[in-house]
Amino acid sequence: MATEVARARPDRPAFVLWDWLRQNLFNNWYNSVISVVILVVVFQAMSGFVGWALTAPGWSAAITNLKVLTTWTYPTDQVWRPALAVWIVALLLGMSGGVWRGIPQTLAIGFGVIMLILGVLAFALPPAAAPLPVSGPFFLLISGVTTGLGYGLGLRVGEPLRWPLVISWVLVYPVAVLIIRGFGGPLPEVPTNLWGGLMLTMLLSISGIVLSFPLGVLLALGRRSNLPVVKWFCIIYIEFIRGVPLVTVLYMGSLMLPLFLPSQIRIDSVIRAMVAVTLFSAAYLAENVRGGLQSLPKGQAEAARALGLNTLQTTMLITLPQALRAVIPVLVGQFIGLFKDTSLVVIVGLVDLLGAAQNVIGQPQWLGTPGGVWRETFLVIALVYWVFSFTMSRTSKTIEENLSVGHR
Amino acid sequence: MKRQILPLLALAFAMALTACGGQTPQAAATTAPVAADTAAPAAPADTAAPATEAPAAPAATAAPAPSTSDAAQPAAGGRLQTIISRGNLICGVNTGLPGFMNVDSAGAYTGFDVDFCKAIAAAIFDDPSKVEYRPLSSQDRFTAVQTGEVDVLIRNSTFTLSRDGSLGLDWAPTTFYDGQGMMVRKDSGINTLEDMDGATVCVQTGTTTELNLADQFKARGLTFTPVVFDSNDPTVAAYDAGQCDGFTTDKSGLVSSLSKLTNPADHKILDVTMSKEPLGPSTLSGDAQFSDAVRWIVYATFQAEEYGITSANIGDFTSSELPEIQRFLGLADNKLGDGIGLPNDFAVRVIKGVGNYAEIYDRNLGPTTPFDLPRGLNSLYTSGGLLYSPPFR
Repeated sequence: MATEVARARPDRPAFVLWDWLRQNLFNNWYNSVISVVILVVVFQAMSGFVGWALTAPGWSAAITNLKVLTTWTYPTDQVWRPALAVWIVALLLGMSGGVWRGIPQTLAIGFGVIMLILGVLAFALPPAAAPLPVSGPFFLLISGVTTGLGYGLGLRVGEPLRWPLVISWVLVYPVAVLIIRGFGGPLPEVPTNLWGGLMLTMLLSISGIVLSFPLGVLLALGRRSNLPVVKWFCIIYIEFIRGVPLVTVLYMGSLMLPLFLPSQIRIDSVIRAMVAVTLFSAAYLAENVRGGLQSLPKGQAEAARALGLNTLQTTMLITLPQALRAVIPVLVGQFIGLFKDTSLVVIVGLVDLLGAAQNVIGQPQWLGTPGGVWRETFLVIALVYWVFSFTMSRTSKTIEENLSVGHR
Repeated sequence: MKRQILPLLALAFAMALTACGGQTPQAAATTAPVAADTAAPAAPADTAAPATEAPAAPAATAAPAPSTSDAAQPAAGGRLQTIISRGNLICGVNTGLPGFMNVDSAGAYTGFDVDFCKAIAAAIFDDPSKVEYRPLSSQDRFTAVQTGEVDVLIRNSTFTLSRDGSLGLDWAPTTFYDGQGMMVRKDSGINTLEDMDGATVCVQTGTTTELNLADQFKARGLTFTPVVFDSNDPTVAAYDAGQCDGFTTDKSGLVSSLSKLTNPADHKILDVTMSKEPLGPSTLSGDAQFSDAVRWIVYATFQAEEYGITSANIGDFTSSELPEIQRFLGLADNKLGDGIGLPNDFAVRVIKGVGNYAEIYDRNLGPTTPFDLPRGLNSLYTSGGLLYSPPFR
């Protein structure tokens, strides 16, 4: 007993595995039994999983279908265009990392390193089914290298790049869409019914997140307005949209809309889905922002008015920044949900990452594979969804910590 | 800072609309308020009447443009006219059913149903690639036809009285005669439906399969618990995971699902056929011309097999002296296409584009594929099947 007491207070608090195990897992007989049982169960499950993952024949489905999973039926000889769009984003991300440091730097380094690692790994994979103008490993390595170059440039040039970068970020989405869609000449037009896979998931999520944000803020402000028409319009809009599921909004937009329009008019189905997702998300975002606005003490707005600020200035400089800062975790949670909700567009005939994966597992060439290829394929896309969602979640946490929302 | 960003976001929104807005086929002419003024500057080349798009496409060697003006006379305001002026056929297909509709690893649509979409596009445009595919789930497929979202639905859908009548669809001839079957585990001891009293059955909802299942069990005085899913893959997965004693769908679907199971050898398909499932293309009723066109395009694939005309040997037939063949291929001043709004050589275009029925079947379901489904009822009437084309005269 005495020796144990002595051991419990070492001169130096060194981490000794055996002590830690004894104190936490085997400190009495029933904990020991529970620990052993759990260890056996965990070992069984893990060895089963690892054994399956290493020997599963179905990985080849996802690997040979990388083109279908990422760009669906986008013309094979034009695949360099989505790739170019990614490289532009990579360059901007790298430069932002160099100029601003902080969060952009973490994101840029993370993106670049992941791309380089995947690029090196991809050389070990069998080549794609159809020859692509931009092969997988090449695309990944260029993405990583572009990020690095951008980072170096950002570090070197620094401050003067700040405003050009802000403008570039604003323009990058429409430019990327233009590159992918084309406009004739060197970039022949690619109709949106050929778009799909991860590319469509990203386009829908980004447009949904970026466009629903200003719309939602306006709706939240409108709902708190003193003008009855504005106020009631916002209330009716928000409550109506929140009263129906996203599936209904998508269904209305894609299948019911043609009933109200003349038969010659056909609004592109990707735009319809983008609008539906944006309108839906804006209603929820408005309520989140309103929560933030209501959490502010009344004195803030009164003090601003006493200083002679008008309503616009009060909103833009005093209330809105504080309200948005308070609801960052909620907003990011909503964006993560939106990112995953985009898979509902399968209902309206668009094929996102999930839809592409569902198609891949039904390809006749995998019919001979024992057990099918759905486990491996779904695991791959689950990983893709996880990487994006986790990145968003961690980024929001870092922003929170920087603004120290949690410590007020 | 915030004030500066908001207008910029608005600008980004406007540019995104510009980028996508030009996509709307007739955007420049009359349409959509958002696209009307932005589309024209963004895409001046493609907005000029899609009907004239054909000459611009280098792939279409047989110059389809003249044929749409002199040979075919689509009724004004009809669906066929809409399709021609749009420049492509919108075809509702399955979201993925092995053998019938899949996107292969190169990103191309393939399958039995897909080939009939291509056949219609070939007949209208002389270019089987002018199809816009719209994957549809089993619940929204008929809504999509009714609202005009798709021109034609070729999505392994069963032709029934109520779908012809109250749903307001017109059905083309059956392209695939199927029947509902039941899959069970070999070790379950089930050999007939009568052994399945009280069983749980996995079934896809919104299908005739679901209704047939209830009818068949009721007729035999049996009870069962349905476990429903809204698409095929989850249904198979649930059955494979042991959630149900049985799994029912059309027999062609059972065969392709068999290979999605963890251990296909543990399962068997019961002999019983619970229903007639004639699968075929459907269009919105009320447009007789387009329905007729689809009907005769399907018949052309049957007739071509009967005459032994394939995509490989069609060159030998174009100089044929036989009046029958001449009529079928629209040779020597035969004007059969006029009545249905198609060019007179539409059968030639179909055969060149996708081949005859036997070619379509063998390419997707035949012995060289993993399915190796016997033709069975899907043979010509001359060899004991049900495929029979009325005369082309």
